[in-house]
Amino acid sequence: MIRSARSSARSTRGRPPWWVLALFLAPALLLYSLFIVYPLVSALQYSLFTWQGTRPLGFAGLDNFTRLFSGVYGDRLWRAFGHNMVFFAGTMLVQTTFGLAFAVLLRRARWGRRFLQTAYVLPHLVSPIVVGYLWSLMLSPQFGAVNAALRAVGLDALAQPWTGDPALALPTLILVNAWQWIGFPMLLFSAALAGIPPEYEEAARVDGATAWRAFRHVTLPLLTPAIGIVTVLTFVGNMNILDLVYAMQGSQGAPAGATDVLGLLFYRTAFNNPDPGAIGQASALAVVMFLFIFGVSILATGYLRRKEAGLR
Amino acid sequence: MTAAAPPAAPPAAARRRGRGRGRAPVVGDLAVRLLLWGYAVVALAPLVLMLISSLRPEAELRADPLGLPTRPAFDNYVRAWVEADFGTYFLNSALVTVGAVLLGTAVAVLAAYVLGRYSFFGAGVLLAYLIAGLMIPIRLGIVPVFYLFNSLDLLDSLWGLLLVYAASGVPFAVFILTAFFRQVPAELAEAARIDGTGEFRLFAQIMLPQVRPALATVMLFQGIQLWNDFFFPLVLLRDSEKYTLPVGLTAFFTEYGLNQSLLYAGLVITTLPLVVLFVLATRQIVDGLTAGIGR
Repeated sequence: MIRSARSSARSTRGRPPWWVLALFLAPALLLYSLFIVYPLVSALQYSLFTWQGTRPLGFAGLDNFTRLFSGVYGDRLWRAFGHNMVFFAGTMLVQTTFGLAFAVLLRRARWGRRFLQTAYVLPHLVSPIVVGYLWSLMLSPQFGAVNAALRAVGLDALAQPWTGDPALALPTLILVNAWQWIGFPMLLFSAALAGIPPEYEEAARVDGATAWRAFRHVTLPLLTPAIGIVTVLTFVGNMNILDLVYAMQGSQGAPAGATDVLGLLFYRTAFNNPDPGAIGQASALAVVMFLFIFGVSILATGYLRRKEAGLR
Repeated sequence: MTAAAPPAAPPAAARRRGRGRGRAPVVGDLAVRLLLWGYAVVALAPLVLMLISSLRPEAELRADPLGLPTRPAFDNYVRAWVEADFGTYFLNSALVTVGAVLLGTAVAVLAAYVLGRYSFFGAGVLLAYLIAGLMIPIRLGIVPVFYLFNSLDLLDSLWGLLLVYAASGVPFAVFILTAFFRQVPAELAEAARIDGTGEFRLFAQIMLPQVRPALATVMLFQGIQLWNDFFFPLVLLRDSEKYTLPVGLTAFFTEYGLNQSLLYAGLVITTLPLVVLFVLATRQIVDGLTAGIGR
């Protein structure tokens, strides 16, 4: 389909001269190369040098990289990485599962569907900074609405210092993040479900399958590509998370680093670091994060594409 | 396409499904509805509470965080706007967002037109190069951006922020718009060319109107992201006169953190434009969010 459109629409016939093409392309290429590509390439270069303040002293080889993983800094890095992983797992468990459930259930809702969809998506449009401060206020132990509501219905025992307790802080963040994001997987699953004819499941039902079995064995396999896309997007989003954690727990990932994540560590290493070699160290961390996030996404996308091809 | 009674389903089967199984489907239906509407309350309640609290005086908020306003106290907004500089932050956010969306979309639509309509040597590589930015966390380039801006005298400047933002929107805009330009029927361009229309007029007067829905989607989607962005202004701006709303909020929180009613007003000021936009243009925004799922 794409190929036929291409042969009819994109053609060498009537092609304008090269300088016209260049004129159309130049502004985008310039802007994008200068402000997006050049900095990323420079980060790789920076990471290979020893720095004294803003002055490169000489080629450092992989020294900046080995320093990332050693000593106290290494401990911090692994702790932050662990938190990102917990974040990813928790988000998949809560947000993706419920996003899928809501998309499936909404498909059958007879009325109020548009309203419900809008309600679920609305938090997604709000700035993560606003979400962070709003929930900080609501979860505040003394003046917060959440504990007040719990006490009002007699659940005093459940009123916790949600953001202050090191054991609760990370799960609380994951739930707040899921509250904000749940509309996104729901929308993606809804779009994917819209492409599956309802007759498939109906046919299974006529043959006597229960609603659950019809969903499990007919619709769910057809959703595999969408689940894959959501998983990859969730991974990338969770590895890069910063704003919400900054708003709720500050740049150090309070309490006592219990919510520190790679994004915060990178920010502190780059801009809040007394070490004269900060530029090299921060750039090395950027390169490692880039390779990890980009690499995993590419591998996962390739794997999913193969699997999808196998389904056909 | 909608769930309107499928004529193919035999009536006997329908009856068996609807009633034959007794009470279970009815109970199931009720549980589903309870879950869906219950979650709608969870999704909306914090936002409603934010709005209500922004209209209550501080003393009342402290006494009872869940109460309703006895009389709407709009002076929270006046104080947030004037005393706490939210007026300035709002203006800065609006300028940078609108400017960056216009610039980013303008350069992207030019490139997308050529990449979507013509085949020439290197077109595929250029398209891949421009779209690659979709998969890359551009924040990781912040250290070089910082020093680049330092040397270009763009540090602590709204112009600098506007330029990075415009550049950050290019991959998504090119991705969407190239696909749309491809779908414009070739006859349209050929008819114009027979009439002797030049390339620039062909683009501006015939092709551009064809992709208007996609332009709306791209611009709204970018606008929301930039309005909400926090990381770039956090690093690139120093002078609080230049802050955008998200950084302004953090500055405000450190200074007035104990004044909840003002903070709620600030949160509403930051959020309201997006909610209005969403209600006015739900379709376009949802299209932007689901652009990754092909039909």
